[in-house]
Amino acid sequence: MYRYDEFDASFVNQRTEQFKDQVRRRLAGELSEDEFKPLRLMNGLYLQLHAYMLRVAIPYGTLNGRQMRKLAHIARTYDQNYGHFTTRQNIQFNWPKLEDTPKILEELAEVEMHAIQTSGNCIRNVTADHFAGAAADEIADPRPYAEILRQWSSLHPEFSFLPRKFKIAITGAPNDRAAVQVHDIGLQLARNEEGEIGFVVFVGGGLGRTPMIGRKVRDFLPEEDLLAYSEAILRVYNRYGRRDNKYKARIKILVHETGLDELKADIEAEFEKIRFGVLRLPDEEVRRIEAYFAPPPLEVGNPTSAAVEARKATDAAFAQFVAHNLNPHRVPGYTSVTLSMKPIGGIPGDASDKQMDVIADLAEKYGHDEIRISHEQNVILPHVKLDDLPALFDHLVAAEIAEGNAGLITDIIACPGMDYCALATARSIPVAQRISERFGAAERQAEIGELKIKISGCINACGHHHVGHIGILGLEKKGEEFYQVTLGGSANENASIGEIVGRGFSSEEVVDAIEKLVDTYLGLRTGKEETFLEAYRRVGEDPFKEALYGAA
Amino acid sequence: MKVITANRLLNGDVVWLAENGSWVERIALAKVYDGKEAVAAALAEGLEAEKNQKVVGVYEMDVTVEDGVIVPVRLREKIRATGPTTHPELGKQAQAVSA
Repeated sequence: MYRYDEFDASFVNQRTEQFKDQVRRRLAGELSEDEFKPLRLMNGLYLQLHAYMLRVAIPYGTLNGRQMRKLAHIARTYDQNYGHFTTRQNIQFNWPKLEDTPKILEELAEVEMHAIQTSGNCIRNVTADHFAGAAADEIADPRPYAEILRQWSSLHPEFSFLPRKFKIAITGAPNDRAAVQVHDIGLQLARNEEGEIGFVVFVGGGLGRTPMIGRKVRDFLPEEDLLAYSEAILRVYNRYGRRDNKYKARIKILVHETGLDELKADIEAEFEKIRFGVLRLPDEEVRRIEAYFAPPPLEVGNPTSAAVEARKATDAAFAQFVAHNLNPHRVPGYTSVTLSMKPIGGIPGDASDKQMDVIADLAEKYGHDEIRISHEQNVILPHVKLDDLPALFDHLVAAEIAEGNAGLITDIIACPGMDYCALATARSIPVAQRISERFGAAERQAEIGELKIKISGCINACGHHHVGHIGILGLEKKGEEFYQVTLGGSANENASIGEIVGRGFSSEEVVDAIEKLVDTYLGLRTGKEETFLEAYRRVGEDPFKEALYGAA
Repeated sequence: MKVITANRLLNGDVVWLAENGSWVERIALAKVYDGKEAVAAALAEGLEAEKNQKVVGVYEMDVTVEDGVIVPVRLREKIRATGPTTHPELGKQAQAVSA
């Protein structure tokens, strides 16, 4: 994986020193909160309901054992023995003290990590497919491009005060696991007829209070133009994006209000001015970065494993895990394993310091020292030998991260909600926990099949509810928590925004309502192979509406 | 009825304004203000403390007093006064009840 060079190391160290001084000046009264707030946010430090919160970047969701162990150490030393993996492949610590944060950033810098641009109106951490570099369906590893984008966007002077935050996601496979169409820029790797690598480019996707699917602006952007074209998009946005109203400041609103054709013309015009300038990507530089992401040496093996088959025959939990938590690897004999951060009745995305240590150990022992965080708040070991699965599974069971529920109804995305977040209007996590308990039986989950439930505790949609097959949005109504349900959303290559099914539900009612939706689906599906989303797209909302509210 | 609340600058702890301009970590010890003028004066006192680097994010919040116990009106403030409902072992709900 990518290793810092001298420039990167001194850059991050300088930034840590700078923040240390800013904290000192704040505590000494030389900086007011109004002056300090934008500075702390640019270093990932928020103030939430109970305490400060530090969001640490995990670039494109990739880290190694040493880095994971450092996160465990920070949880143990400066926090309350846990961290929370987020929908942007980052990790949040919920209880750090302001006075400790410079020390935490120093410790992170020791393992080539930081919290730069995890907040603020700048280009945020670039996210990528969590199976990058391993998936059988991949055209190429998207992470070298994500790293190039990271280097270009880090402290980019022109883009440090954008109208609003800016999120880029990239996938290397036709099956989009990085939700690229709901990002400000979405990139999908593609090959042209000559076999050259390039990108399908989407602009203006996003969730929040005005959810929109990104619009395609390029069918094929050549590799060498990646930075110049991105810069052109950002320039047009920086110049024309609205600054009068923060709720209308994202690029999706600009796309919507300007119209795709005019905006595209603006982007292309800007691009023509700069495409042959300094941002043109030299081939040798792309190959140099790519070398950092060279796959580990993997021996081609048997596509099936006798050890796995034998264990499956005698261990139902293992069989369930193998059925749901493995993703096909491009090298026969290997697989990518999802470690479920969604124990039944547990908190989606939370990991204890001990679990993080175990994950680090297991990555080193069984996974060529590679770890990924998914935007679905799980942890992935991308390169595991099939024959090692039984032994790995035993360790996962001991660490309570062995639930065989990846992609199933209990694999719920939930934002922190009102249990932590200052913006929230309702709690998310307890609803996720109750749904997980209701549907937690292994046979029941497996019978229901693929079903993505996503829960947000406010309209800002950190829990991606708009693109949940079932989405739940927590609001406040007359002082009570109140949950609106949407159906039919999806964040993959056939992305769609869910539609509100009808009036919302109280906290007491909402789990029963979800159960009615699930039962309705089970009753009308053509067979087990028709997923909830497919069934919904076939029959529409009427049967679901009727189940919830009775005949019209 | 209102109380004045904020977070402590240094460690982020939730605090409420009490007698003598002190900031307390339990809502039970907060001073309750009634009437526009009293609330405005208390808020001004709070904002002064923000200028002096004691606290950050000062605002007023609604409470009721039931049998002498101060109860926040909004769920958000109830959670701030106790801790995450998902982690009963963390936050104020987990601290000693003697204060």
